Amino acid sequence: MSVSVRIPTILRSYTGGAAEVTAQAGSLREIIAGLNAEFPGIGGRILDDTGQLRRFVNVYVGDADVRFARGLDTPVPAGIQVSVIPAVAGG
Amino acid sequence: MGTTITKTQSRFGYASGLACRECGQTYDLGAQHACSECFGPLEVGYDLPHLTRETIEAGPPSIWRYASLLPVRPDIAEKPNTEPGWTRLVRADNLARALGMRALWVKDERGNPTHSFKDRVVAVALAAATELGFKVLACPSTGNLANAVAAAAARAGIRSVVLVPADLEQQKILGTAVYGGTLVTVEGSYDDVNRLASELADEHDDWAFVNVNMRPYYAEGSKTIGYEIAEQLGWRLPPQVVVPVASGAQLVKIDKAFRELSALGLVEESPGCRVFGAQATGCAPVAAAFRAGHDVVQPVRPATIAKSLAIGNPADGPYVLDVVRRTGGAVADVTDGEIVDAIRLLAVTEGIFGETAVGVTLATARKLLASGQLDPAAETVIINSGDGLKTLDAVAAAFPAATPIRASLAAFAELESHRPGKAATA
Repeated sequence: MSVSVRIPTILRSYTGGAAEVTAQAGSLREIIAGLNAEFPGIGGRILDDTGQLRRFVNVYVGDADVRFARGLDTPVPAGIQVSVIPAVAGG
Repeated sequence: MGTTITKTQSRFGYASGLACRECGQTYDLGAQHACSECFGPLEVGYDLPHLTRETIEAGPPSIWRYASLLPVRPDIAEKPNTEPGWTRLVRADNLARALGMRALWVKDERGNPTHSFKDRVVAVALAAATELGFKVLACPSTGNLANAVAAAAARAGIRSVVLVPADLEQQKILGTAVYGGTLVTVEGSYDDVNRLASELADEHDDWAFVNVNMRPYYAEGSKTIGYEIAEQLGWRLPPQVVVPVASGAQLVKIDKAFRELSALGLVEESPGCRVFGAQATGCAPVAAAFRAGHDVVQPVRPATIAKSLAIGNPADGPYVLDVVRRTGGAVADVTDGEIVDAIRLLAVTEGIFGETAVGVTLATARKLLASGQLDPAAETVIINSGDGLKTLDAVAAAFPAATPIRASLAAFAELESHRPGKAATA
């Protein structure tokens, strides 16, 4: 029961250059914890010191921006793609 | 005598590096927009030389008169580019009277090569992209940027790849397609398009996305609006400026320009300029955060006729809040009806047909005057960021087509007799 997670360029130093990795389905919080167990340090790049999503990170579960869903509690069912993207773009 | 330090220009002018606005981490000048440590936005830093008003005034009538303050090579004006900028600053006395203001100016960005301020930012992004060896210029866009990227790439002789929401105004889609290049219409909102562009930028690291991996350079281009306003006012800062807010970069960079001019001694430091932001109620995440006293911006799903401002997740939102709070300004929002009324008011008072974004800006200025936040006695500049001919659909319903008459003097006289304000003659 896995999901795929897209890794942005600036975090690929943690994943050995991989643009896409797999994680166990669960809540987004659990997925990030799982990633951090496999790629130590990556969690601290996505979450701030208080455990919240950093203000300049966007995370999508499928097509949904998790800030419109339940944030870190957003469920991520098997087969869906998670995408982590720098928020500082556009305009 | 102290040691004379000679500042030298590189292929990025006096730009010295990139630095994270959040954590301060520094990077070499390159194609990167987000901090590897914290995802914060990277900004161009400079080792600025001594500059005089005379040196700038002797420059070309384009943004390149400020080349020393941009991350571009010194001979940038000689490269094929669209030569944007040096647009009119229009003294708007009729509009000022209508609003009960003492002195009002409109910075009229219709005068740019593709009729919006986006030509400025694209020219700077293209310059950096060229130095970094890119052969493709790309962007996600709400329309004006699409026009500017496609035109600039055509003139530079390189490929463009432009992504826009499929429901964009037809004028903006045609006004991009005409320049050739690759135009992709995407289902969904601008924020969906923006997400796709960020993912594409990671896959195509040989493409220069002007507002993604080139964003630190791109955003610097908006400073030239601020430089021009100050120079055109006779080297002084306006006491108040009202700026439309989409991503927020334009507002933040106009403030940066004013602070740089003060630091360089080119304008008096005080009194400073109070900076006000304008949003459409249908997409007002920054105005909502301002009212609530928050320093983070909660994204929204846009629903407004002001499509060029319909960014629900604005990248520079937090910095807009910083600027308006530091300068004593505000951010407010206005309805679609107020937007159309303001487009009409600007047209009938000053002969300027602006796009929906200026409807937002002018309507917000009216609202801020009514609430007492904008001082009617203080000289004010509002930004008209683009051309009304690009957003005809938004105002079409307000101006129903006239019924044709026969080609005769009698028919014309009959029509005149029914003109509003004229009593009908038997």
